[in-house]
Amino acid sequence: MQRSLRILGSLSVVTLALVIVLGLWVTPPDVNQGEYARLLYIHPAVAWVALYVAIGMAALCSVLYLWKRTRSLVYDRLAAAAVEVGVVFIILTLITGSIWGRPTWGVWWTWDARLTSTALLGVLFIGYLALRRVPADSDVRAKRCAAACIFAAVDVPIVHFSVQWWQTLHQTATVFGPGAIQVHGIMAWTMLLSFIGFTALFGWMVLLRYRIETLNATGEDDELTAALVARRSEGVTS
Amino acid sequence: MWHEVDDVVKVVLQMWRDAWLVAGRDLRIELRSRVGLWQVLPFALLTLVLFAFALGPQPATLARSAPGLFWLAVLFSSVLAAQRSMAIEGTRATKDASRLLGLDPAGVFLGKVLALLLEIIALEAVLLLGVVLFFHVHVSSWPDLLASCVLAALGLCAADVLYGSLAGEARTRATLLPLLVLPAVAPVLIAGSKAFSEATSRGAGLGSRWLGILTVFALVYTAMGVILYGPLEES
Repeated sequence: MQRSLRILGSLSVVTLALVIVLGLWVTPPDVNQGEYARLLYIHPAVAWVALYVAIGMAALCSVLYLWKRTRSLVYDRLAAAAVEVGVVFIILTLITGSIWGRPTWGVWWTWDARLTSTALLGVLFIGYLALRRVPADSDVRAKRCAAACIFAAVDVPIVHFSVQWWQTLHQTATVFGPGAIQVHGIMAWTMLLSFIGFTALFGWMVLLRYRIETLNATGEDDELTAALVARRSEGVTS
Repeated sequence: MWHEVDDVVKVVLQMWRDAWLVAGRDLRIELRSRVGLWQVLPFALLTLVLFAFALGPQPATLARSAPGLFWLAVLFSSVLAAQRSMAIEGTRATKDASRLLGLDPAGVFLGKVLALLLEIIALEAVLLLGVVLFFHVHVSSWPDLLASCVLAALGLCAADVLYGSLAGEARTRATLLPLLVLPAVAPVLIAGSKAFSEATSRGAGLGSRWLGILTVFALVYTAMGVILYGPLEES
């Protein structure tokens, strides 16, 4: 795991440093949006990680935990780590979108279908994190959280298709999909690098959070064993 | 082949027998304690009155806001009613009794949903009367409105009971259940309000799309509850 952490950490530092240099100084301003288009080197990549990578991974791990053949606390901890980091990315998605929306749409926030469903997704997963803090046996907690994660993940397709179903202010698929615009040369490479950089950053954060969670669980087990040994020895002496 | 079909029919019949049993028990407890009548219903009416205070006395504003206010009042009250319903099921003695009686967990889930559904429909009836009388709402299509109320209530109750089983012990459920269930039932709030608006607008009859969303929501949550309530309660 140490090696994976080093690789993902280095990859994210290098690619995100490149994105900053390319995005701020090398790429030209956009013909329509001018300098504001530079936010698009951050916002779509952060949203990609939040909606698809993080929640997808959490939902997959939750299914694997609920499935009896593959049940392991490893999946529960991975799901928890993915949701925790995913919530950070959902909040970043809303903040970066809001910063872009102010000069483009004229408002910091609008009750657009995609914005609202993304905010709702954030609240659903904050609920998941609250559920994790309820004291319970590790298997009971894992089962409850896995079910809650799957229920909440149902919102992801709603977020994805919201721009087509309701056709409110947020634009439909811009880079991929039918009618997408062509992004050229250095601008396309910078966007691609930001997707790689933020995905690597997510992977690094999840692995780190998973390691902390595992160490916590081991610590709790050790404390419990020590407490049991102490209690038994009290019984022997009395 | 026929034996297998026979077994499935027996399991389904047993599930519904258990559901009636649990629903009857929950409703009897409710009739004796009258928590719904003296606590949940006044809270729902109070919500409507407070919203009216906040919006001001203009009839046009109140009539325009009525669909959303009605469903918000139902939503908040349903969470209170669900907490009460899950408090009955959450005690160790009730869980042990259900296990010893061999009750089908899917039947227990359906029974709790049925009991809660009847309570929420009764609550909706009173709130609807309040909205029509005090918010100056004119209903153009009663069948659409009533269908949306029943379908939305079914979805709400199924989600409430399912999330209630997730929320754990009583001391954490009071704060955790609203956080879990309110964002999840947002589709009911949106579709219910839209269906209400369609049923109270002059050109009524466009609400079938929203009724469809409410039906899908109710079916999905009921199916998930039937499948998952057992494993969640066993844990």
